[in-house]
Amino acid sequence: MNSFLKDKRFVISTIVLFVLCALAIGAPLFTHYDYDAVSAGPNLIPPNRDFWMGTDVLGRDLYSRILYGARLSLAVGFCTAIFSLLLGTFTGAIAGYFGGKWDKILMSLVDMFYIFPMLLLAILLTLMFGRGFFGIFLAIGMTTWVSQARLVRALVLQARELPFVEAGRAIGLTHGEIIFRHIIPNLWGPMIVSLTFQIPNNILTESFLSFIGLGLQPPYSSWGTLANEGFRGIQSYPHLMIFPGLALFITMLAFHFLGDALRDILDPKSSLGSSIGQ
Amino acid sequence: MLEFLTKRIIQTIVTLLFLAVATFFLMRLAPGGPFDNDKVWPPEIQANIDAKYGLNLPLTTQFTTWFRDLLHGDLRDSFHYMGTPVTEIIRDAVPPSLQLGLLALGFSFVFGVGLGVLSAWKRGSILDFSSMFIAISGITLPSYLVATLLVLLFSNYLGWLPPALWEDKKSMILPTITLGLRPLAIIARMTRTTLLEVMHADYIRTAYSKGLTESRVLFKHALKNSMIPVITMLGPIAASLITGSYVVETVFQIPGMGQYFITSVINRDYPLVMGMTLTYGLVLTASNLLVDMAYGWIDPRIRVDGTK
Repeated sequence: MNSFLKDKRFVISTIVLFVLCALAIGAPLFTHYDYDAVSAGPNLIPPNRDFWMGTDVLGRDLYSRILYGARLSLAVGFCTAIFSLLLGTFTGAIAGYFGGKWDKILMSLVDMFYIFPMLLLAILLTLMFGRGFFGIFLAIGMTTWVSQARLVRALVLQARELPFVEAGRAIGLTHGEIIFRHIIPNLWGPMIVSLTFQIPNNILTESFLSFIGLGLQPPYSSWGTLANEGFRGIQSYPHLMIFPGLALFITMLAFHFLGDALRDILDPKSSLGSSIGQ
Repeated sequence: MLEFLTKRIIQTIVTLLFLAVATFFLMRLAPGGPFDNDKVWPPEIQANIDAKYGLNLPLTTQFTTWFRDLLHGDLRDSFHYMGTPVTEIIRDAVPPSLQLGLLALGFSFVFGVGLGVLSAWKRGSILDFSSMFIAISGITLPSYLVATLLVLLFSNYLGWLPPALWEDKKSMILPTITLGLRPLAIIARMTRTTLLEVMHADYIRTAYSKGLTESRVLFKHALKNSMIPVITMLGPIAASLITGSYVVETVFQIPGMGQYFITSVINRDYPLVMGMTLTYGLVLTASNLLVDMAYGWIDPRIRVDGTK
């Protein structure tokens, strides 16, 4: 615990993320206006005392919209990262542990997902399952689990040669027990680290999908949707794009510092490159 | 080498074939058709349209006829841009994307390695801190925000550079920076990490004990060896840069592949989607091949054909 508190990056980024989650969850408590209240104030005014981040084209309070948008952006980030963690861990662990035929089949599946253009897959999935939470969730989850699977496979390949696996077999544990009760718990360090990098990447992907008009549909508006709306009037009303972008930037920064700190603390030997890809 | 190349070419063909099949059938699974309109066509007209474009045939027949045409070098006409062959669209869209992608690749490699070396050399200093701050911003800032900020600053307020279009050299600066910032950041961080790791190696101690200066050890001995992980990442980075970025191409109004890639899927422009996906796959596999060959040049111990 001490090594966590000693790391300034860890402390600061945890506080930032905690505040952010609190603001998102308690959004009604921290805002004066409803996020969808049209004409809460004059249209398109720049930030002032009443409307801390100004108002949008329909007179909605941008500050409220950003806080409520945080709920969506964070929820998408967390859920998709956990989805890809579970699916990737399961696939990677089976492939790495059993090797041979299983490894070949599962890894060629992973390779196929790898060469398939991510954007194309994401768009196709949102077209098929609609632009609700589920469609977006699948689109991001299905495009990110493969790197998780590769990571876990590599880790399990190393771990299965260790004495405790042999010991487990000697006392008659089943393969399932060895994988999920003994090997996986030993890998939680690198897995937590990769989860911390996965969340901001997924938030960014969601904002990107929203930005190109494939994100969640109204009345929901994630930060990407807000940025997209702001982009249309960028020259005259820069605040409409700057604030959602800033919110996104701060969140990303906090997650990245948290990931860096966790990697140094939990997984010092790893050279797992952070946030490769996208 | 010859054996390696034939193996890779066969691999590439299999990969592209998989890509084509998967894209073809996934596209058809997606709801909606290429000629959907706000108004619903009378059934006879719909049937006529389907017949004209062969959409009434069984899917497998459609695929095999498409594939036969592909072998003849014909990617068909686009559904959306009526009467324009897909090959023509690709021919026009590839050069701007290729040019932008290569510029961004060069920019990110030169400045990324530069920043990485600088911060590893002066580690712990303010220089290290600020280059790593640039790097982490490059990773975390969404590209549409970077583009917007750059245009606001350099075009609107300072008036130095044009805000959009792809014409003269001046108009290429902002898109190159926007597109290259993220890979720059990734390369800088990777360079710094591997360089710091390499600096602990025995041969670096030997080089120091021979009495070489720090800069000579760093640039002559350490840098080359620390480039391998960086080069590894260049393959996928190059592919994603060259196939274009929708955001950058939209913001700067560049007539490249990125835009077609997305609009073609949204329009259900089946022939164009297939053409774009194949081009993407080709660029991806080609850049991976180049990267694999570059290993052998950087580290002669690695044989490209996989023998030891």
